[in-house]
Amino acid sequence: MDKPFAITLDVGSSLANKTGSWRAQRPLYVDRLPPCNNACPAGENIQHWLYHAESGDYEAAWRALVVDNPLPAIMGRVCYHPCEGACNRGQLDAAVGINSVERFLGDEALHRGWKFDPPAPSSGKKVLVVGAGPSGLSAAYHLRRMGHAVKIVEAGPMAGGMMRFGIPKYRLPRDVLDGEVARIVDLGVELELGRKVSDIHKAMQAEGCTAAFLAVGAHIAKRAYIPAGEAARMLDAVSVLRGMEGDDKPMLGRRVVVYGGGNTALDVARTAKRLGATESIIVYRRTREKMPAHDFEVEEALQEGVLIKWLSTIKNMGDEGTLTVEKMELDDKGFPQPTGEIETLAADSLVLALGQDVDLSLLENVPGLEIKGGVVQVGANMMTGFPGLFAGGDMVPSERTVTVAVGHGKKAARHIDAWLRGTAYVAPPKHEIAAFDKLNAWYYADAPKTVRPMLDLARRTSTFDEVVSGLNETNALFEARRCLSCGNCFECDNCYGVCPDNSVIKLGPGKRFEFNYDYCKGCGICVSECPCGAIMMVPETN
Amino acid sequence: MNRHEKLMELPTQRQPVKFYQTGTFTVGNRLLPENLRSVQADIGRTNSLNSGHRACQGCGEALGARYAIDAAMRATDNQLVAVNATGCLEVFSTPYPETSWQIPWIHSLFGNAAAVASGVAAAQRVRGRPHVRVVAQGGDGGTTDIGFGCLSGMFERNDDVLYICYDNEAYMNTGVQRSSATPPGARTATTPALGREPGNVSGTGKNVPLIAMAHRIPYVATASVANLHDLELKVTTAMEFHGARYIHIHVPCPLGWGSLPADTIRIARLAVESGLFPLFEARDGHVSARTPIRRKVAVDEYLKLQKRFAHLFASPAGRERIALIQATADRNIEEFGLLEDEATRG
Ligand SMILES: Cc1cc2nc3c(=O)[nH]c(=O)nc-3n(C[C@H](O)[C@H](O)[C@H](O)COP(=O)(O)OP(=O)(O)OC[C@H]3O[C@@H](n4cnc5c(N)ncnc54)[C@H](O)[C@@H]3O)c2cc1C
Ligand SMILES: Cc1ncc(C[n+]2csc(CCOP(=O)(O)OP(=O)(O)O)c2C)c(N)n1
Ligand code: SF4
Ligand SMILES: [Mg+2]
Repeated sequence: MDKPFAITLDVGSSLANKTGSWRAQRPLYVDRLPPCNNACPAGENIQHWLYHAESGDYEAAWRALVVDNPLPAIMGRVCYHPCEGACNRGQLDAAVGINSVERFLGDEALHRGWKFDPPAPSSGKKVLVVGAGPSGLSAAYHLRRMGHAVKIVEAGPMAGGMMRFGIPKYRLPRDVLDGEVARIVDLGVELELGRKVSDIHKAMQAEGCTAAFLAVGAHIAKRAYIPAGEAARMLDAVSVLRGMEGDDKPMLGRRVVVYGGGNTALDVARTAKRLGATESIIVYRRTREKMPAHDFEVEEALQEGVLIKWLSTIKNMGDEGTLTVEKMELDDKGFPQPTGEIETLAADSLVLALGQDVDLSLLENVPGLEIKGGVVQVGANMMTGFPGLFAGGDMVPSERTVTVAVGHGKKAARHIDAWLRGTAYVAPPKHEIAAFDKLNAWYYADAPKTVRPMLDLARRTSTFDEVVSGLNETNALFEARRCLSCGNCFECDNCYGVCPDNSVIKLGPGKRFEFNYDYCKGCGICVSECPCGAIMMVPETN
Repeated sequence: MNRHEKLMELPTQRQPVKFYQTGTFTVGNRLLPENLRSVQADIGRTNSLNSGHRACQGCGEALGARYAIDAAMRATDNQLVAVNATGCLEVFSTPYPETSWQIPWIHSLFGNAAAVASGVAAAQRVRGRPHVRVVAQGGDGGTTDIGFGCLSGMFERNDDVLYICYDNEAYMNTGVQRSSATPPGARTATTPALGREPGNVSGTGKNVPLIAMAHRIPYVATASVANLHDLELKVTTAMEFHGARYIHIHVPCPLGWGSLPADTIRIARLAVESGLFPLFEARDGHVSARTPIRRKVAVDEYLKLQKRFAHLFASPAGRERIALIQATADRNIEEFGLLEDEATRG
C-alpha cells in the first residue's frame, strides 16, 4: 500500500454519485411556436429567418424566408404585418420591425440576384394555375419547387393581379414586383399572359392537367345606386387604379370625391392627390373607429391632405358636379342611421370604392361547387366541391390581403401535391405558443424600434415615389437582433451556465445543448433562467 | 486584452458599444466574440466543482463556488490552490474518499480557513512558486463568526490570499441556525417566528465587506450569483492584485430560505434590484465602483418568495418590520448611489 499516512482509500470522483436519481421532474428542450409565426397568414417561420439575419447572414435568412413565401420584397411593402401585432417584444418596448427586415432581405436578394434553390426532380405531373396574382404565383412557386410542371394562365397583359392593377406605385414600385415575378418564372414556371380562361374544364383538358388551382381574385367593382345626371362623372376605384398602369392616366378633375371606407378608397384618394386634384375627399358612412382601412394608411392619407367626411352618405349627383350628402348617426348597435341633415359638395368626379365581387363565369359548367356570398367555398385542404379543383385568394372566403393569398397558395400547393400522389397532406402538429409569460425578459437589453424614415411630405404628394423607404444594413441588423427568439433556443449559454450541477452539455456552435440526466437533480433553474422559454419541466414517470 | 480594454468592448449597460440583444446579461451569446463571453460560457471551463456533489437542488452556494473558482482558474492560468472552511460547500463536495473538486483543494477546520490559506501562500513563496495563487473559501458562519479572528489577521498581515465568503445567511449545514449574517426578521432554527419580535432581531448583524475595507486591504468586492459577468470580472480583478483580498458573494439557499429551487437566481436578482444586497468594489478601503440597479423593485418582491419571511406578511407588526427592511434597502441605494446612471467601476 503506497499511500500517505492515515490514508486508506484512493481518491474517488463524485461522478460516481449519480444525483440524477434525486429528480422528480426533468427539464426538456422544446421549440415553442413564436407568436409572430403563429400570426403570419403566409405561415412564415419569422423567428427562424430573423435568427440568420441576426448573425448578418442575409442570404441564409432570405433562403429560410422563401421556403414559405417567394415574395419578400413585396411583403416588406404591402403586408399589414399581423406578426408585429402579436410580437412579444411589443410588451417590452415596441414590436420587432419584422416587416422592415423582410423588406431589407427582399431588396437585398433582388439587388444581389439571389436565385431560388433548384426544384426537386420532375414528378411528371402538371398543374394548371388560373390567375397570376399573389395566390396563383405562390401556388405555382411551391408546386414547381416540389417538382411539378406548372402553367399559369393570366387574363391580363402582365402578372401580379391586384398587386399591379390595384396597389399604387408609391406603395409598391413596379420594378420590385417585376423582379420577384421574374424569379418565379425563372424556376421554370410557364406563364401565358393575355388569355382569359372561360371554361375551366376545357382549359384543364387542353393542358392535360388533372389538378388546377384557381386564383382569379375579385375584380368586379360593387355598385351602389346613386341617381346621377347625364353629364355626371362617376367611376369605380378598380378601373381608376387599373388605369394608372396604362399610358393614359384617368381624368379625375380638380375636385375628387371617393365613396367608401376601405384601403382601396384611401389608395384612390391618395392617387387623385398625386394626379393633381386640389381637393380629394373621402365620404364614408361610419366613423374612423369603424373604418375597415388600416389606421396607418388613414394617417398617411390625412398627412398628405386627403379630407375625410365621416358619417355621411351620398344621395345623388347632379350634372353640374354637385353631390348631395346626408349626415348619419350611429344607433345603439353601431349602425349608421340617416338624420335628414343634407349638405352639398362640389365634385368633378365621384369614385366608388365599395368593394369587389368575384367573376365566377369560368366555373359555370363545374358540378359540385358551393358558392356562398359570391365566393367559392373550399375545404381545409383548399379544394372546392369538385375533386382536383382547388382555389384560394380573394375568390374564396378570406380577409383579402396579399399575405392571405400567398398563404392560400402555399397551403393549396401542399394539398395538390398530395392529391396528385393519391395521398393526403397532414400538417405537423402545432407547437405550444411561446407566450410572453414563458419568457424571462430580464435578459433582454433595452432597444427602441428603428423607425423607417418617411419620405418628405411635399415630395410624397406630388410624385409616385415610394413613400416608406427601407432599412440599411446597420439598422436591419439592429432590428433583427431585437428579436427575443421566442420559444426557440438561440444559444445564449444560460442553461449551460446556471446549472449548479454541470448537467447541461454544450454541444458547440449551432448544435445547441443536451441534458446530462445522470446528474441533473431537476431543480429547474435552467427553465426559470432561459430567456426565450425553450425549456420545460415534465414530471418523471418512474 | 486586459480588463480595461475588455470593459470598453463589453456591451454592458454602461457602455453600449454594439447591440447584441443579449450577452450583457446572459451567460454567453453566439454573436459575441469568444474573448468577450463569460468563463462559464466556455465549453472547456474547468468545472472546478464537478457533477455528483451532494448539494440540494438549486443550491446557490454550489453555483457561486463554480462561478468564482472557474474564473479564478482562468485568471491564474490554472495555478490555483483552494482552502475550504467547514460548511455545506465542504461537506457536500468531499465525502471521503470522493471529491467534486477538480483543483488542488484542502480542508482543515471550521474556523481556520484564512490562517491555513496564509500558510499555503507562505509555503508557495518559500518553495519559489509565487505564481501559484491561493483562494480561501467558506460560508457566512465560517467567515463572519467563528473564522473571523483568523480572517482579520490575514487582512491585517496583508497575506497574499483571496478570501471568498459564500453568504447564505445562516449556518445551513447544521440545520439553519442564525449567524451574524442572518438578516433581520428571518426565521431560522434558533430565531423562530415566535414572540413579540418573531425571527431574527433587527438592528444587529455585521457587514464584513465594510469591516474588510476598514483593514485597508487592496481589494474588496461584493457579488451575486444573479450577475455572472459582474462576479467574474470581480474575481478576475482580484487576481490582478497581490495581498489580502475579499469577495462576499450572495448565494440563496432553497432549503434554509424556504424558496423554490428554481427561484435561486431570481431571488438573488431581487436582492440586488431591491437594494438589499448592494454590489460594489473597494480599493484600499474606499468604494471605487458600484453596479447600478437596472429595474428597482420593492423588498416585498424579494421577501415574499421565501418562507423564512412569511410571518412578516401575516401581521401588522410584521408589516412594520418589512418597512424597516425597505428603509435599509433605500439607505443602501442612497449610500452606494445604486440608482445613478453614472455609477462606474474604476
Ligand atoms: C387598391 C387595392 C389596394 C390593396 N392594398 C393591399 C395592401 O396594401 N396589402 C394587402 O395585403 N392587400 C392589399 N389589397 C388586397 C390584395 O391586393 C388582394 O387581396 C390580392 O391581390 C388577392 O390576390 P389573388 O391572387 O387572390 O387575386 P388577384 O391579385 O386579384 O389576382 C387575380 C388574377 O387573376 C386574373 N384573372 C381573373 N380572372 C381570370 C380568368 N378567368 N382567366 C385568367 N386569369 C384571370 C386577374 O387578371 C388577376 O391577375 C389591395 C387591394 C386593392 C384593390
Ligand atoms: C468548531 C466547529 N463547530 C461547529 C461545527 C459544526 N458545523 C459544521 S458546518 C457548520 C455551519 C456552517 O455554516 P456556514 O459557515 O454558514 O456554511 P454553510 O453550511 O451555511 O454553507 C457548523 C456549525 C464544526 N464543524 N466545527
Ligand atoms: S420577438 Fe422575435 S420571435 Fe418573438 S414575436 Fe417578436 S419577432 Fe417573433
Ligand atoms: Mg451559511
